[in-house]
Amino acid sequence: MRVAVVSFPGSNCDDDCVRVVGEVLGRTAYKVWHADHDLQGPDLVILPGGFSYGDYLRCGAISAHAPIMADVADFARRGGAVLGICNGFQILTEAGLLPGALHRNAGLHFICRDVHLRVEGLATPFTAGLAGRVLKVPVAHHDGNYHADADTLARLEGDGQVVLRYCHPDGVVDAAANPNGSLGHIAGIASAAGNVVGMMPHPERCAEPLLGNTDGLAFFQAALQTLGG
Amino acid sequence: MKGKVTVRLKAGVLDVEGKAIEGALAKLGFNGVGAVRVGKVFEVELAETDPAAAKAALTAMAKGLLANPVMETFEVALEPG
Repeated sequence: MRVAVVSFPGSNCDDDCVRVVGEVLGRTAYKVWHADHDLQGPDLVILPGGFSYGDYLRCGAISAHAPIMADVADFARRGGAVLGICNGFQILTEAGLLPGALHRNAGLHFICRDVHLRVEGLATPFTAGLAGRVLKVPVAHHDGNYHADADTLARLEGDGQVVLRYCHPDGVVDAAANPNGSLGHIAGIASAAGNVVGMMPHPERCAEPLLGNTDGLAFFQAALQTLGG
Repeated sequence: MKGKVTVRLKAGVLDVEGKAIEGALAKLGFNGVGAVRVGKVFEVELAETDPAAAKAALTAMAKGLLANPVMETFEVALEPG
């Protein structure tokens, strides 16, 4: 598995993603610069977390127009696996590769803590074999409140495109387990074809024993299996 | 020529910043304040001198970058002078 991690000005989780794929999984991971036009033949593209362009205008709005995003869109259209984490999720919605938008957390606070996620819906490259699992993964965001109009939301729910929901440790989904006010308690969604996934929580921050939690590794291992090792 | 693009949250979208400002106004003793909603104004200097073309350019900018159609609406105007 070859993994391209896109660095935008202000990305700060790109090295973490490269480390998980390269050091923990022992596969090939490399960074590509947002202003370039070459993804270098990846099996998987990750748009990492961070504060690209200082979150100016709207989170991800300026990065969505970066030169490399045309290549990411082509790759996604051909069925390529794309994962957007946190700011990467915001960039995917701003670029129109995923529906909806992420706006200011309902409580107005920047939230940085562990949450629990219930995996469900489509078997995407990042969630295949994980349906029904509850995973503990940290969030760190100010704008993770998922919004979409009622029709879009109904389509996402009906087609299994909601792949991650905030839940309690026992898997129960309710408002008390939702940190940011997201509609439908949504933490992650997939494109209709399932190959593009965006999630607010950070699996790369809990993917090795040194970090005290390895739940996040499950998403990377699913990708490894789905994409042929 | 100077243009102005005003971007507002759509009516159905919860404005959490507006809510916080509402509360702050009440604490400051401003009574009788109803809902407060927060928008953005972009003042854009344009080399274009034709008003119709300038408005078309501002509309393209709003659609392409300044507003997110999922959550926001926009209006464009030209500043006098």
